Amino acid sequence: MATVDVFAPGEALAPTSREVVNDFSIQVATVNGSGSQSANLILLRALFQMGIPVSGKNLFPSNIAGLPTWYTIRAGKHGFVGRKKEIDFLVAMNPETAREDVINLDPGAAVLYDEPLNLKALRSDVHFYAAPFDKLVAPLAPPKFRKLVRNIIYDGVLAYLLGIELEEVRKALFKQFASKLKAAEMNWAAAQAGFSWAQENLEKADPFRLERMNENQGKIIIEGNAAAALGAVFGGVGVISWYPITPSSSLAEAAQDYLKRFRIDKQSGKATFAVIQAEDELASIGMAIGAGWAGARAMTTTAGPGISLMSEFVGLAHFAEIPVVLIDVQRMGPSTGLPTRTSQGDLLSSATLSHGDTMHPLLIPANPQECFEFAARSFDIAERLQAPIFVMLDLDLGMNYWMSEKFEYPAWEMDRGKVLSAEDIEALQGDWGRYRDVDGDGIPYRTLPGVGHPQAAYFTRGTGHNAEAGYSEREDDWTENLDRLKKKMIAARKLLPKPVVRDNEKAKVGFIAAGTSDDAVSESRDQLARGWSLETAYCRVRGFPFSDLTGEFIARYERIYVVDQNRDGQLHMLLRRQFPEFHDRLSSICYYGGMPLDARTVTDAIVEREGL
Amino acid sequence: MTAAAAPRKAPKINRIGLDLEPYRGLKTTLCAGCGHNSISERIVECFFEMGIDPTQVIKLSGIGCSSKSPAYFLGMSHGFNSVHGRMPSVGTGAVLANKDLLALGVTGDGDTASIGIGQYVHLMRRNLPIVYIIEDNGCYGLTKGQFSATADLGSTLKTGIANDLPPIDTCSLAIQLGATYVARSFSGDKKQLQAVFKGAMGHRGTSVIDVISPCVTFNDHHGSTRSYQYVRDNRTDLQTIGFVPHFDEIHVENGFAPGSVREIEMHDGSKLRLEKLEEDYDPGDRLRAIERVETAAEKGQVLTGVFYVNTEKPNFIDLLNLDDTPIARLPQSRLRPESAALDEVMEELA
Repeated sequence: MATVDVFAPGEALAPTSREVVNDFSIQVATVNGSGSQSANLILLRALFQMGIPVSGKNLFPSNIAGLPTWYTIRAGKHGFVGRKKEIDFLVAMNPETAREDVINLDPGAAVLYDEPLNLKALRSDVHFYAAPFDKLVAPLAPPKFRKLVRNIIYDGVLAYLLGIELEEVRKALFKQFASKLKAAEMNWAAAQAGFSWAQENLEKADPFRLERMNENQGKIIIEGNAAAALGAVFGGVGVISWYPITPSSSLAEAAQDYLKRFRIDKQSGKATFAVIQAEDELASIGMAIGAGWAGARAMTTTAGPGISLMSEFVGLAHFAEIPVVLIDVQRMGPSTGLPTRTSQGDLLSSATLSHGDTMHPLLIPANPQECFEFAARSFDIAERLQAPIFVMLDLDLGMNYWMSEKFEYPAWEMDRGKVLSAEDIEALQGDWGRYRDVDGDGIPYRTLPGVGHPQAAYFTRGTGHNAEAGYSEREDDWTENLDRLKKKMIAARKLLPKPVVRDNEKAKVGFIAAGTSDDAVSESRDQLARGWSLETAYCRVRGFPFSDLTGEFIARYERIYVVDQNRDGQLHMLLRRQFPEFHDRLSSICYYGGMPLDARTVTDAIVEREGL
Repeated sequence: MTAAAAPRKAPKINRIGLDLEPYRGLKTTLCAGCGHNSISERIVECFFEMGIDPTQVIKLSGIGCSSKSPAYFLGMSHGFNSVHGRMPSVGTGAVLANKDLLALGVTGDGDTASIGIGQYVHLMRRNLPIVYIIEDNGCYGLTKGQFSATADLGSTLKTGIANDLPPIDTCSLAIQLGATYVARSFSGDKKQLQAVFKGAMGHRGTSVIDVISPCVTFNDHHGSTRSYQYVRDNRTDLQTIGFVPHFDEIHVENGFAPGSVREIEMHDGSKLRLEKLEEDYDPGDRLRAIERVETAAEKGQVLTGVFYVNTEKPNFIDLLNLDDTPIARLPQSRLRPESAALDEVMEELA
């Protein structure tokens, strides 16, 4: 953070000849509920349409209207679009935060602000542009719309100052207001007015500029939650039971919208799915487990507090061996914590959720494509393993807009797992046991209620049971069962997505990270190589229990830094647990401030630890 | 099955060709004389007599003595002994996955009215097709006799301690919140219990049957309002209940005075025949039903009978407009949309 202790009301900073093209951050500071989201998404989309790699991150309060909110856009011509710690171009629209926002800028940054805020007086080492938003909006919209339209004006001003093509702003704007033509036209007039006013009244002095690239051919922009929702729909989900909780609600809602669109029989008008908003998370997981038991592909969506509530039921699903998918969009805990801030704080609790000896497979996507694919695959894995499967998103991935390759249609045959039909049972002459390890992989066979064979039934229970699902308190039945359950987790390793490994022959240092740490770690590796000549290798794990490939990666490098977005290094702990032989090699880098992880934080930590 | 060597009376066969055996379960491990065992016997008889295919039934329970009992009946049905107080959600999920199954939930007063009250009330609101039997003994038998939330004010434990909190009336709640078949019965009344169960089995909505079922070990003493003696002394019947199965029109039970009988046709075509013992009681009148149940409680009556029936209200499956094929049986071709659908979405997001 830059510190400015001299608030010299001074001369305007002289125009610079330095140019920063397509690699900087824009932050828009507004008030929650003021309609700024549309203006920000239009900005994001315009950059995307100009072919510039870009991301948009919404830093919002746990509140509906009236509190400060910041939207950060990162353009990254080298493809690094993780959050940038420094703000290069600030749009200060919120009187509450404007002063602090400006003070926190690095020298050389630029500020577009609402004229009455008179921010120019605060410092002399940044570039200021003042625009009279109230004056500009007055002729454009009737009073009741002014608050909303006002924000679109900064899109126009920025288009002039940064070189955003106005035609792309127009396209983005009409896409944003697709269903409201009148609103679109009013807003388009506002964007144009902003542009014209800036053209006539502002002189470009800062170094930040955008220009057309060709990096986004065939790409899409989507939130991870919508991507995971689509994945569930194309993965064949049958029952979704959920309870509203930030930041996962939009996942269930998006799934419901897509299901209504694609999974209602055209002839009969009837639904091939059920989406239930349950009374709480205890019920949402219970319903999903009941549905999984009876043969539907079932899932629930939640966040940390919900995971805590689901604990007992997840232990039952693990022990009674019932397929069910939990999508956890992680937020900052413990307790209610920071409901609108991101974290990877549920890794450890999810991996071992519930009392007694438990272990649950996790899938950890890092981008929308993986959200889609992992959500779709999770049902296959759950039904194959007959176990609860966690798909671990986080708020950054789930609720922010990400650029992505288009999703590939899941052309694979669904794996419905080891389910015996009435014919199978007949062929076995009824000689089957629900928890027998017939194939040696620890995974037993099950039957579905209603299969219709007199010898198909079994009694599902959370109490001790033998291979025939009969009640048992015998020592050997109990330990054999627990050992078999452990064996299933070895089978799980082969079913989970493999890590993405970036080896580097010149490196002695390696990174291990998961999920949304990817952007920051990738960019940090670039920073370390360029700035400190430190070559690094990188293994991004995508599933727990970890693949053997991860163990082999650790073996190849002297020092491994495990990057976590939580205080205690939960990924680090899980790695040490699975690979105790590498105990000494693994050290932990943790960020837990609630913001999306940025590269500089990782780089600074490495520079310090490596003594560079 | 091989025939027994000795000549024996041929076993009675029901309308789908099964004898009683497939409807039985394992030997009970509950206490001798436990009301729950009588209820298990009634379940066996009713499913047998109604000729219901046991492979198409699911038995669901929570935790407690009552919740152990599904192991003791319908051995050919899939069973699910879930977690404490949360059988309603498991049952809901199972029925959503396969709406063709007949769901039978067996629970207790602790499982329903204490830890499970949250899930119970929401089950009522949804009117899910399920037969929900509460084996109500007013105490926690499996943990040695603590009060449950249905224990009456002033009822005492074996130690003499009196309950000083008011009870939750599960029937009154059920009627208020949307259940469409609500009855209270007594484990010791074979005839009434059979008729009430059979009516529920033919109903496609949430059926709640609160069965007073004394705990012989912890709550059958003087001073308890859930003892056999107390129920016998204080029981008031709302009606005399007869039942005519849908497949047996001829077998009409007579003996009722003309005009005194209200006949209710259940969804499976069976008929519930309620002989009025109270002049103006109408089991279709929700408010009146709640009032009557509450009045009984005020007076210390153990009121039994069918309190409320509504066969018109849509159930949860109707509301969700589910496909005729149960979700659990849908093939991949109906679960995964075509690739054109994904292309369409990708185009919108480009």
